[in-house]
Amino acid sequence: MEHEFTDQNFQNEVLKSKVPVLVDFWAPWCGPCRSMAPIIEELANEIGEDKLKIGKCNVDENSAVAGQFNVMSIPTFLVFQNGKVVEQFVGSVQKVAVKDKLARFIS
Amino acid sequence: MPHNLIIIGSGPAGWTAAIYAARAELKPVLFEGPEPGGQLMTTTEVENFPGFPKGILGSELMANMREQAKRFGTEIISDNVTAVDFSARPFKVTAGTNVHEANSVIISTGATARRLGLESEKALYGKGVSACATCDGFFFKGKQVIVVGGGDAAMEEACFLTRFADKVTIVHRRAEFKASKIMQERALANPKIQVIWNSAVEEILGVDIGHVTGVKLKDTVTGETRDMAIDGVFAAIGHEPTTALFKNILDLDEKGYIKTAPDSTCTSIQGVFAAGDVQDAKYRQAISAAGSGCMAAIEAERFLA
Ligand SMILES: Cc1cc2nc3c(=O)[nH]c(=O)nc-3n(C[C@H](O)[C@H](O)[C@H](O)COP(=O)(O)OP(=O)(O)OC[C@H]3O[C@@H](n4cnc5c(N)ncnc54)[C@H](O)[C@@H]3O)c2cc1C
Repeated sequence: MEHEFTDQNFQNEVLKSKVPVLVDFWAPWCGPCRSMAPIIEELANEIGEDKLKIGKCNVDENSAVAGQFNVMSIPTFLVFQNGKVVEQFVGSVQKVAVKDKLARFIS
Repeated sequence: MPHNLIIIGSGPAGWTAAIYAARAELKPVLFEGPEPGGQLMTTTEVENFPGFPKGILGSELMANMREQAKRFGTEIISDNVTAVDFSARPFKVTAGTNVHEANSVIISTGATARRLGLESEKALYGKGVSACATCDGFFFKGKQVIVVGGGDAAMEEACFLTRFADKVTIVHRRAEFKASKIMQERALANPKIQVIWNSAVEEILGVDIGHVTGVKLKDTVTGETRDMAIDGVFAAIGHEPTTALFKNILDLDEKGYIKTAPDSTCTSIQGVFAAGDVQDAKYRQAISAAGSGCMAAIEAERFLA
């Protein structure tokens, strides 16, 4: 299941998460974000929550976290582990390529 | 069994070809490529595509085209084509480790925004260097940015960015713009827009810190360089046809566009067609790309018959 991360729940849901978390920073006006959305949703349904949590964060409504992690381009994807950014990529990415980047967290 | 038709690319040309080919029961297979939806995904409102009197978001228009192509049975593959072999029929189209065969191919790989081509640009991509003003302008609220270029796209981007940035500086290599008069006037009349003439970006600064802090500008007349503090860099220096895959395979013109026969989408190889920006240095519009996608599908259908 895909999560929704906000300025309010980011600390608990992402930074304190026991499993790694993939966060998709997006906004409704961003075309490439829209084409990535179904891919991220599919991955959220395919990958077990016990291995990797997946969710999105609307930068328009949650500018504090976006600012905190220096998001300056969307879509930006950050993987957090133990409260730290351990992987990041930007822009339109193929589903297989996203999977590749996540492989080390879900094996 | 080879496919009847493989379509490479998911911009207006590719989806239109898919709609026509699918309705003709060719069961086309379409590769979406690195930018699903193509160039229009990076713009906001499209106001000149007929049928949408109030305008339509680029991303919405492309989602509609995809849905329409899917409805008639287009097989969609979310992957990039990495190699093609047109030396014999069936043609071979490779995506990573998968080789697909087809009796005909439509190439609609469109065009890609030209980059400055600097190492520092690559390193700071997404950290102040942006390829999409409509996506990223938002992050430059109250900041200062430069737009590199002198054409219509640069004027439009600069004007758009003034919605967010405090100051937008257009950096241009020459002493005059090649943008249309109306676009230039609009940009130059904007109090937030400034121009630095005869200058080129030599380097983007901030790699050591991890985000853009400035640029090194070189005066194209005197050769002098100077640093300028800045938060964001947008390049609008034109587009190049996406034809690297087809070099030495198909006839390309001197600018890299695929050559097509007059009044046709036929390339130098029978059974291979090209539609959209990839073969059109002249019009480069969504509607003309869609139109030539339609032509390509009809030509492929006749070729296969
Ligand atoms: C910011 C901006 C605003 C614009 N505004 C307008 C407008 O208002 N009105 C208008 O008419 N036009 C506009 N245009 C121009 C219009 O977007 C293009 O003319 C049109 O998109 C061209 O369509 P296309 O199908 O030829 O290619 P593109 O839209 O360029 O699509 C190319 C496709 O090929 C795919 N591809 C590339 N390489 C591969 C590969 N190796 N394997 C598989 N697939 C691949 C890509 O993923 C992409 O899906 C605008 C362009 C830009 C950049």
